[in-house]
Amino acid sequence: MTSPQDPTSSTLGSVDAHGSDQARGGRLGTASADVYTVTRKSRRASFRAVWWRHALALLALAFALFPIIFIVSSAFNNAGTLSTSGLLPTRFGLRNFDALFNDAARPYWTWYKNSLIICGVATVATLVLGAAAAYAFSRLRWTGRRFGLLFILLVQMFPALLAFVALYITFATVGEVIPQIGLNTLWGLLLVYLGGAMGANIWLFKGYFDTIPKELDEAAKIDGASHARVFFTIILPLVTPILATVGILAFVGLWGEFLLASIFLTDAENQTLAVGLYATRNADQNRYFGQFVAGALLASLPVVLVYLSLQRLLIGGMTAGSVK
Amino acid sequence: MSETRSSEVDAALQNLEPTGEHLEFSSRTPLWVQVVKWGLILLTVAVLGWMAQQVIEAGYWLMVSLIGFIAVCVIAVYATRRAIPAKYLFPGVLLMLLLQIWPLLYTVQISFTNFGDGHISTKEEAVASIVSNSVREVEGSSRYALNIAVPEGTDVATGDLAYLLTDAEGTYYVGTIDGLEELPADGVEAGPTGRIISAPGWTALTPQQVNDRSDDLADFGVPVFDDAGEQTAGIRQVGLSEAFIGTPTRVYDEEADTITDTVTGTVYVAEDANFVPQDGEGAALPQGWREFVGFENYTDAFTNPTLREGLTKVFVWNVFFAAFTVVATFLLGMAIALLMNDERLKGKGVYRSILILPYALPIYVTALVWASMFNQDFGLINNLFGLDINWLGSAWWARIAVLITNLWLGFPYWFIVCTGALQAIPSDVKEAAAIDGAGAFATVRRVIMPLLLVAVGPLMIASFAFNFNNFGLIWLLTEGGPFVGGQSSIGSTDLLITLAYRLALGGAAPNFGFASAISVIIFFLVATISYFGFTRTAALEDVN
Repeated sequence: MTSPQDPTSSTLGSVDAHGSDQARGGRLGTASADVYTVTRKSRRASFRAVWWRHALALLALAFALFPIIFIVSSAFNNAGTLSTSGLLPTRFGLRNFDALFNDAARPYWTWYKNSLIICGVATVATLVLGAAAAYAFSRLRWTGRRFGLLFILLVQMFPALLAFVALYITFATVGEVIPQIGLNTLWGLLLVYLGGAMGANIWLFKGYFDTIPKELDEAAKIDGASHARVFFTIILPLVTPILATVGILAFVGLWGEFLLASIFLTDAENQTLAVGLYATRNADQNRYFGQFVAGALLASLPVVLVYLSLQRLLIGGMTAGSVK
Repeated sequence: MSETRSSEVDAALQNLEPTGEHLEFSSRTPLWVQVVKWGLILLTVAVLGWMAQQVIEAGYWLMVSLIGFIAVCVIAVYATRRAIPAKYLFPGVLLMLLLQIWPLLYTVQISFTNFGDGHISTKEEAVASIVSNSVREVEGSSRYALNIAVPEGTDVATGDLAYLLTDAEGTYYVGTIDGLEELPADGVEAGPTGRIISAPGWTALTPQQVNDRSDDLADFGVPVFDDAGEQTAGIRQVGLSEAFIGTPTRVYDEEADTITDTVTGTVYVAEDANFVPQDGEGAALPQGWREFVGFENYTDAFTNPTLREGLTKVFVWNVFFAAFTVVATFLLGMAIALLMNDERLKGKGVYRSILILPYALPIYVTALVWASMFNQDFGLINNLFGLDINWLGSAWWARIAVLITNLWLGFPYWFIVCTGALQAIPSDVKEAAAIDGAGAFATVRRVIMPLLLVAVGPLMIASFAFNFNNFGLIWLLTEGGPFVGGQSSIGSTDLLITLAYRLALGGAAPNFGFASAISVIIFFLVATISYFGFTRTAALEDVN
């Protein structure tokens, strides 16, 4: 990659995509006395050139934001029903949150804890299993390596959710023998999520591992380092960016998973946020709306904060497959 | 990004310089590493041993040997110095085999059976159930105090039923479809009549739960065997808290594979996984069994006229939904990316942070909130625009609502991807286009779009494959509905995957076999479409 993010070498110096071919004023300044006025003029000129972009961008913002404003204002709407909710809260207050935290039939914090446990453990396992497998595929040489990689990729074509009938029946049977990992347990669901932990991100992992120079681990091996030491002390510190990216994507993906969670978790105290909030809203679409939306707002906070604070990292990860 | 990485590499290289103090790779492994390693091996073997014990008690010998094999593998891989790649791959591969490949193969296998409502058990279990169900009380025999339970850890709504019984002498028993077993008195809590209230290993059902399962209970009875293994009697419930023992009125003849009703004299023969009256008059016995049916589920999907019509509609909508979503979200995302792709534009960071929000919200929040916003009477959309549209109640409006919601959900992704891809398009290409006299629109259409499409083509196929199975959105927004025209099993916004879900787990009569067949069909559809998509994008790349 030849630093595409660098704005000075970028595309817009001369003619931009939309045909606004005005020279950039700042570069025309010759006499130092003129610089100030020219910059001011150019600013005004450039605003004249881009105001329509601002206008359209604001339109896009309005489209992106109005449901979110609706969520926030409904959550703080004391009347707490759908019929009284609008874009602006009519009776501002925290009554929805009170109702949410004190509902014995709908243990919100238990759902929150369950979601955190499942997503946390599954994310850590995804990273451990994925990085270890990528090390074997990228660094070690063994027969069947190429076939193994292709086979894993092929298996990923069949998403776990398509096999939900088989998973349901299998875990119903397992639960009769080992109830701790059967249906309606967090650990059973966690196991299902772990099935794809190694394969789902193997391509992203291996690609990144391949960019770490081989000379590093060869040098360490010559100095007597074992394969395990090369992995833990040399490779892992160098691949932290991809670990962070995959970790976030895995966590966010699981945080929103609904199908398997709804099949597996039937008792209120075992449910995750997705299943619990779904049940809350469906209990009565109008009456429980405030309570539901308050819970939804709190459930969204962790992922939204992660997205906003790690934007650059995520954008890099998401476009890694696309930009050639 | 590349710069930071190379600086990290430099730093690591420096660490390896001969003068550096980090160069102390002793050939001996530190003690704590050894302790942790052996601790983990022992812990794994201990957990497997505990699991094996549970499985042995339940008598699943195949599972026992599987667990034993895994334990041997763990020791062979981690306790020796050989098989280094296996040390890194074993846990991931094991989980993949057990939880991805096995369910995949099992799905295919189920799709060739009639597994479903009335065909849950094996033939032996079905026969046992029929026989013990026909039990009539013998005059003067004593009754049991009864409670109804499921094994601990199983779902009260679907777990295997069992009778918790107390006989006149106060001895406790557990009766299942497999027979009667004595229950150790340890930990059993019984009421004043001797009725068991709770017992370790069992979850007693509440009266409400018993009521919910009355259909299952109607077919349930506990067989009693003599020493030779022949069924001589059966136990049936009377009301909620009593059960009697009696002799069966229906007898199974193993040689002829028939069941004879000793009261009415009807002879039932096995046919299509059910016992039906030999003379063809009267109803079949309700307890069927599961058996191999070949391609019946698949041929049903393509030849059964009502199914075929419904499935065709679902399929067309499914393809349109996925294709429209990809195209619409891509175009909107690209348009906004082009809009923001001007370095004179101030505040891009703020715009981007806000535009990313729809993508950052969990899908269940988005879909459920939009479902509320589309509410006809109180919803925000109708209120805001002064409309009175029954969004989720009419087929076409529901489809439009689904598409709008998914457009809102998906465009930020393409905005981000296109922003990255646009920055990678070299400026000289655009300069050349300008010199050749291309206008703004022509530059976008003829120069930028093709380059962008080559870059994001594979992601578009991935997005198509994802949306083809976008269960979460549809189920949370419309549950596949509305169901119009008296159609109760196939809704207007159903995708194949939501249809399969409803068939398997949604209704009163689950049909696992047919649902699995739909899963397999979906797999082949997505695989074919992806294959052609990928070869097409490869072709695009060659053109470039």
